[in-house]
Amino acid sequence: MIDFVRNVRLWFAPAEVRQEGTTPDYRFSLANERTFLAWLRTALALIGGGFAVDQFLPDLRWGWRVGLALALLAAGALCALRAVDHWVRCERAMRRGEDLPVSRFPALLSAVVAVVAVAMVVVVLFGWEG
Amino acid sequence: MSGADARGAGRDPGLQPERTRLAWRRTTLASTVVVALAVRAVSAGGGSAAGIVACALCCAWWLGFLWVAHRRIRGLAAVSAPGAPAASYAVGAVICTVAMAVCGAVLVGAG
Repeated sequence: MIDFVRNVRLWFAPAEVRQEGTTPDYRFSLANERTFLAWLRTALALIGGGFAVDQFLPDLRWGWRVGLALALLAAGALCALRAVDHWVRCERAMRRGEDLPVSRFPALLSAVVAVVAVAMVVVVLFGWEG
Repeated sequence: MSGADARGAGRDPGLQPERTRLAWRRTTLASTVVVALAVRAVSAGGGSAAGIVACALCCAWWLGFLWVAHRRIRGLAAVSAPGAPAASYAVGAVICTVAMAVCGAVLVGAG
């Protein structure tokens, strides 16, 4: 958690990252940027999914519909924040010549998406009449 | 590497800047889908005052995202070996995305 706070500070003080270590091959930095953008698209897809649940399942009970939509929107926001955090940490590791940071987030996100998907199947099959 | 330079192209043989530019374009397209769904939510559902305000804010954040992506794409094109983006681009894109999610939550709650 302390690390996270330190990283948040780095998001807004990019010069501090640049002072560390040596500049890596620009192609590695661009690959890191594309990975960041891929995570951002994942976040946007989750947000779009939240909108879609709200709009395209109008017959669901209000609680289920709004609950699922808000869960997807929150997952999207979390995914976006984690994307920039991971980008900063990778950039710093490359400058220092360290190993790239490992993360549990992909496994966590996969589990959440699977649970939400199963919940939606159950709700759509059995929850129409409310 | 020197061979590519010698041929006078002066570009990365792996087309890294172009791939990064297209990645920004794809991400812009994804955010466009989100804002289209937001507009649809208001236009289809009648829309309360709070929903219309949230939709308008969502469009504004989308414009912000476009602006960030445009600036970054121009930066990529400006030099032959562009490095990592300034953190303001990444943070700006993420702020726009999170703000769109918040506007979406207001829209869902208000609708």
